Amino acid sequence: MILEARDVGFRYPSGAPVLDGVSFGVTPGRSVALVGESAAGKTTLLRLLLGLRRPTSGSVLFQDAPLPTGHRAARDFRRHVQTVFQDPYSSLDPRQKVSRIVAEPLRALGFTDHAPRVSAALSAVGLPVDAADRYPHEFSGGQRQRIAIARAIAVEPTVLLADEPVSALDVTTKVRIIDLLAELRATRGLTLVLVSHDLAAVASLCDETVVLERGRVVEQGPTGAVLGSPQDAYTRRLIASIPRLP
Amino acid sequence: MSLLTVSDLTVSTADGRTLVDGLSFSIAKGHRLGLIGESGSGKSLTALAVTGLLPPGLRASGTVLLDGTPVIGANERSLNRLRGRVAAVVFQEPSTALDPLMRLGNQVAEPLRRHQGLRGAALRAAVASALEEVALPARVAHAYPHEVSGGQRQRAAIAMALACRPALLIADEPTTALDVTVQAEVLALLDRLVAAHDMALLFVSHDLAVVGKVTDEVVVLSSGRAVRTGPLRAILADPQDDYTAALVASARRLDEALGGAL
Amino acid sequence: MRRRVFLIAGIVLVALVVGIALVSLFWTPFPAADTTGGRLEGPGAHHLLGTDKLGRDLLTRLMIGARIAVAVGLGAVALGAVVGGVAGLLAGFANRWLDDTLAALLDILIAFPTLLLAMLVVAARGASLGSAIVAIGLAMSAIVARLTRVLVKRVLAMDYVTLARTSGVSWPRIVTAHVLPNIWPTMAVNLALQFGLAVLAEASLSYLGLGPPPPNASWGRLLQEAQSTVLTAPIGAIAPGVLLVVLVVGVNLLADGLRDVADPTRRGHR
Repeated sequence: MILEARDVGFRYPSGAPVLDGVSFGVTPGRSVALVGESAAGKTTLLRLLLGLRRPTSGSVLFQDAPLPTGHRAARDFRRHVQTVFQDPYSSLDPRQKVSRIVAEPLRALGFTDHAPRVSAALSAVGLPVDAADRYPHEFSGGQRQRIAIARAIAVEPTVLLADEPVSALDVTTKVRIIDLLAELRATRGLTLVLVSHDLAAVASLCDETVVLERGRVVEQGPTGAVLGSPQDAYTRRLIASIPRLP
Repeated sequence: MSLLTVSDLTVSTADGRTLVDGLSFSIAKGHRLGLIGESGSGKSLTALAVTGLLPPGLRASGTVLLDGTPVIGANERSLNRLRGRVAAVVFQEPSTALDPLMRLGNQVAEPLRRHQGLRGAALRAAVASALEEVALPARVAHAYPHEVSGGQRQRAAIAMALACRPALLIADEPTTALDVTVQAEVLALLDRLVAAHDMALLFVSHDLAVVGKVTDEVVVLSSGRAVRTGPLRAILADPQDDYTAALVASARRLDEALGGAL
Repeated sequence: MRRRVFLIAGIVLVALVVGIALVSLFWTPFPAADTTGGRLEGPGAHHLLGTDKLGRDLLTRLMIGARIAVAVGLGAVALGAVVGGVAGLLAGFANRWLDDTLAALLDILIAFPTLLLAMLVVAARGASLGSAIVAIGLAMSAIVARLTRVLVKRVLAMDYVTLARTSGVSWPRIVTAHVLPNIWPTMAVNLALQFGLAVLAEASLSYLGLGPPPPNASWGRLLQEAQSTVLTAPIGAIAPGVLLVVLVVGVNLLADGLRDVADPTRRGHR
C-alpha cells in the first residue's frame, strides 16, 4: 500500500462523527475512487489523507508508516503526494503568473531546475509554453484545470489526489480532462485517488471504488463490481439516480 | 397562439459585445422546451431576458411575448403582473434564491398574498398545501433556509414558483447544485407537477441527460446562437453541426463509460 | 484609459501638496512667526495671499500646514497600517478563541471615539504633532485590523492556500506569496481613504485646540482662526479648505489608480 486509511475516525470536539471506521488503501500505480454525496465525509477524508488534519482515531499511512508531523519531516511525503482541487478559479492565485504557480511546489520542495520542469509540466498537460508568462484570468476553466494539474505533476509525484477535478467543467472539457488524467496515469504510472460524486468520471478512471455514506464505507471493491452489481442499498440508489442519455 | 414567443432576441453588453444573438423559439401552452448549452452559451441570460430580469448593464432587443404581453421595454409594474402568475422562475442556487432571514413558510406565502390576495387562515392553508405538493413536511414552514438541506431548499423554491399556478415554469439548472440522488427526486417532482397542472416548461441545462429526463424538444445554444433545434433523440442520433457533434460525442463518451461499468 | 487619467490626476494633486510641503522645509515667503504684515491684508504683491488677523503671511502658513498635513497623513497611516495590519493578520490566523477575543477587543476600540482617544493622548503627552499622529494612528489601527482580519480569512479559505500547504510551503512564505499580495489592493485603497480621514481628523483636532501648538499652524487651525473673519477675508478659510480637498481627493485617486495598475485581472480592461 502506498497510501492507506486504517480504521480512520474524525469528529469535531462538539459534534457527531464526520468519519467513522474508514479503511481503504491504494497500491502503487492503481487508482481508487472515493465516491459519495454531500455529508459523506469525502472532503474531511481528503484533508486527513493530505495530512492537513489528524484523525481523531485510527491512522493514515504513507508507505506503511504514519504520516509525518511537522513541516520538515513531511517534505518527503509532500514530494510524493500532490493535489488537484475542484474549483479551477479558487485553485490558482490570481496575482501570480502561471510560471510561478507551477513552480511553487518545486521551490518549496527544494528543486533547483525550475524553468525546464515548468515547461515540461505545461507541455505534458497540453498547454503552450507561452502560457507560463500569463495570468490565470486569461484562461478558460478547462485550461485553468490543466494549469492546476501541471502544478501537481511538476515535482513528478507518485500519488495524485484529485478532489472532484472535473465536476466544475463543461461536458466537452470534462471529457478532455478525464483523457488527460488517464494519459498521465498511463505514461507516468501515477497512483490516482479520485474523490468524486461523478460516477462517469469514476468509471472512466478508477480501478477500485470506495462508496461513502455519512462518514462510513458502505461498499468497496473493483469499480466494475461495485457499479455493476452493487450490494449496498445506498450504492444501488446512487447508481439508479444517475440520468442516462435517452 | 404560443404562451411564450421569442423572436430575434439579442442581448448585448454596454460595450457592444453580443451575448445572445438573434435567438428565436416559442413554447405553446402546456408544452416543454429544453435550452441546452455550455458555460458562456447565453442560456441563462435567455431565461432572464424572457422574464425581464436581465442584470443592469445588459440590453435586450428583439421581441419576447409572454402570454401576448411584450416583455422587452415593458415597465416594472406590468412585468410584476406577469411574474409569478404567468411565468415563474426556479434558479440553480436555492441558497441565494431564498431570503436567509425569512422563514420558508413566509417566503412561500409572499406570492400568494401578493397575487391572490390571500390572508389569515386561507393563506396558511394555501402555504400548507403548496409545501405538501412538493413533498415537504409541514414543519419546514417554520424553518429558516439554512436549517434545511439543499434539496429541501430547492423544493421550497419550487413551491414558491408554483404557488400562483403560473402557465410557464422557467427552470434554470434547477438540479445542478444538488446531489445526484436528490437531483433524481427533484427532476421527478418537476416532471410530475408540470404535467399535473398542465404547465409549460422552459428547462435550461448544460446536461443532455438531465434535459432528457423532462423534455424531448430542445434548442442547442453555442455562443449565443441556436445551432440546432429539434427532438433530443434526433439530435443525439444525428447531431449535424460541429458544435452539437462535439457536445453529443462527449456526453456519449461519459454515458458509455457508465454503461460499460453498470 | 479613463483609469489612467484618474491615476495621473491623483499623482498631480498629491505631488502638488507634497511639493509645497517639501519646499516649506527650505523656504517660505516669511518666517513662520513673522507678524510684520498688516492685519487682514488682501492678496497683493508683498503678501501673495494676504495676511491673517495677526499680520502673518497666509501663504507661509499654508505651506507649513501642508507639511503638517502630509506628516500626519503618512505618520498616522504608517502607524495604523503596522499596528492594525499585524493585529489583523494575527486575528486572521488565530484559532477561534483568540480570534473571538481579538474581534471583541477591536469592536470596543472602534466604538471608542477618536476625539476621546485624542484627548487622552494629549493629556498624557501634551499637544504636539506627535500626539496627533499617535492618537489618529491608534484609532485607525482598530479599523485597519478589522479589515485585515476579514481579508486574511478570505484568502486563507482559498484553495490555492491549501494547495500551497500540501506542497510543503511554509506559513511565513504563504503570507508573503499569497496573503499579502491578495489583500494589498483592498488595503491600499482603504489606507488612502484613511489618509484622507487622518488629515481631516487632524484638522478637527487643531480646530479644537488639540493639535500641534502655534506657530506651526495646521490647515485645521487656519480654518478655525479664519472663522471669525470669513465674511471680510474669505480667502483665509477658502485657501486651506481647497488644499485639504486637493490632498484628500488626490490620495484617493492615486490609490484607486495604483490598485488597478497592480492588478493583473484588471489590466487591459477599460
